[in-house]
Amino acid sequence: MCDTCGCSSEGGAVLRRPGSEGWHVHLHDGNHGHHHHEHDGHGHHNHHDAHDHHGHQHDTREGQRVVMEQDVLLQNNLLAERNRGWFEGRGVLALNLLSSPGSGKTTLLEKTIPWLGDDCPAAVIEGDQQTMRDAERIDALGVPVIQVNTGTGCHLDAAMVGRAAKEMELPCGAVLFIENVGNLVCPALFDLGEAMKIVIISVTEGDDKPLKYPTMFQEADICILNKTDLLPYVAFDVERCKENAMKVNHRLGWFEVSAATGEGMEAWIAWLHQQIRAQKA
Amino acid sequence: MHELSIARSIIGAVHEEASRQGATSVLELELVVGPLSGVEIPSLEFGLQVLSRGSVLEHAALHITSPKAEGRCLDCATCFGLEFHYAECPSCGSFRTEVLSGRELKISSIVIE
Repeated sequence: MCDTCGCSSEGGAVLRRPGSEGWHVHLHDGNHGHHHHEHDGHGHHNHHDAHDHHGHQHDTREGQRVVMEQDVLLQNNLLAERNRGWFEGRGVLALNLLSSPGSGKTTLLEKTIPWLGDDCPAAVIEGDQQTMRDAERIDALGVPVIQVNTGTGCHLDAAMVGRAAKEMELPCGAVLFIENVGNLVCPALFDLGEAMKIVIISVTEGDDKPLKYPTMFQEADICILNKTDLLPYVAFDVERCKENAMKVNHRLGWFEVSAATGEGMEAWIAWLHQQIRAQKA
Repeated sequence: MHELSIARSIIGAVHEEASRQGATSVLELELVVGPLSGVEIPSLEFGLQVLSRGSVLEHAALHITSPKAEGRCLDCATCFGLEFHYAECPSCGSFRTEVLSGRELKISSIVIE
């Protein structure tokens, strides 16, 4: 049971906002029920299409076979496309940030957002199983932020992001950083409607990470290697890591930064400015 | 364990289709889960087993097929079988591979009564 509003919300995600004590939105596990509602029209349409094409009912002795040929992630993908249109219509550049826990995603945002400058409004959706810690760190920068607590969930989905984006004051032309739940496996499969996926690894993790978690690196558009200031103290071969990442995904863009010291940040910020301009155009 | 949310999506979609067809229960569920789909089949089976209790799928027999993953070298156009997202082209040694199949994750059919 939710200890704020008393409703029973076992398992569902909850949105919260720093500075608005008591404010929260439950995305009930009917979360998925919501999709069905909102998308009834689409869902039916798709099914009927499938029916028409396949003429697909076959009576078997024991029952009737119904051919569905439906993508399992259809509901999430439909919602993600809706988010994508919503972002594009506002000139918002949405970036999905993915990594293991502790790679420095929040620190990277703390460094990046002030560096972007006043003419580049930023906003953040923070995904964590529990706590408002990351949202509070972002709130201290004075930019709009919503925390999504996924509870037992191991990834953000398109419904959570769509709702969070609508609950925040998101200026037109902004860059929206979506910091996914720290996890290199599950979030790879769930499209949120982002323009690009950015995977972050740190030099304390091991240069074979791209080979060990290929799905994530295959899905990503950009890889940021963080904590380069620690390179003198760890056995991490940057070139080997880059080579491993390119084996998995030869289209992957590559940045090397230290969010702690600011080393390498210029190239990342310049790239972001370029993407923001392209999104507005 | 994203397989749990995937299992929930499958049950939701099957439930929707079964209601539309006026079915009282689902006897069989046929899924296609490619080796590069990012889904662990044993975890998915477990998720379906746990979450289908009390649903139209409770007594359904589950059939999962896993098609072979295939890729094409972007440098020399050789097609070859893949075990992972990355592979060395057996013909020219390039790692620039395009995945042609193996990422499937779909409900192919159900048997209802």
